Amino acid sequence: MAEFKIDQTLDCTGLLCPMPIVKTSKTIKGMQVGEILQMTSTDAGSMPDIKAWARQTGHELLSAEQEDAEYKFVVKKTR
Amino acid sequence: MPEDNVIKTRRLALISSRGTLDWAYPPFILASAAAAMGWEVGIFFTFYGLPLLKKDLTASISPAGNPAMPMKMPFGTTGFQNIDWKIPNFITNNLPGFDSVATSLMKKTFEKKGVASVGELRETCIDLDVRLIACQMTMDVFGFTKDEFIDGCEFAGAAAFLEYAADSDVNLMV
Repeated sequence: MAEFKIDQTLDCTGLLCPMPIVKTSKTIKGMQVGEILQMTSTDAGSMPDIKAWARQTGHELLSAEQEDAEYKFVVKKTR
Repeated sequence: MPEDNVIKTRRLALISSRGTLDWAYPPFILASAAAAMGWEVGIFFTFYGLPLLKKDLTASISPAGNPAMPMKMPFGTTGFQNIDWKIPNFITNNLPGFDSVATSLMKKTFEKKGVASVGELRETCIDLDVRLIACQMTMDVFGFTKDEFIDGCEFAGAAAFLEYAADSDVNLMV
């Protein structure tokens, strides 16, 4: 995984749809534009869901990776 | 993401007309997901869906009316939990208390798998400013009073909801 300067982390492991995107959205709202969030989940549905969420909200998905049963997303707040 | 970086606010209009526990999840899940994506969301609760806006959430499930419903146990090993218990109709339909057992098993199974409860999902929708619209006609038919309902819900009829739905991008009856 490329290195990013992570400003905030969010643990969504163990949660199923829709909570990973609900929590991601809530966390991003409390951050400053330009800051970077790393979210971790175990919900296989969060891979397509976070991509859709990023397209719909315009926040930049810098990285989306799977490591075993864990998914790691890096999102930059753009607006 | 659009080239010009301007994102159109989409709107989702849902109708919730079935109030059993299994049908309580979809409107609140879809609504909170859409709202988390920045969409405007309104849910019209009508007929049996209306009690989902009551302060006291009592949604339950009846396996008798849902023959395709998998029966799962929320405890034991993963293998045990994955068993789909084929319970004969004469038990699901006639055994007193079977519905409350099934309701409790469904709630526990969902909770154990990491799904938020219907109450939590409803709270999430309220936090995300989802419009919760109670059908006035159903209120009158079933004799419900406004004080039985959660704060923040609106009371309106078909025309008001249709006007809202006409300007939406996605309309679903769930």
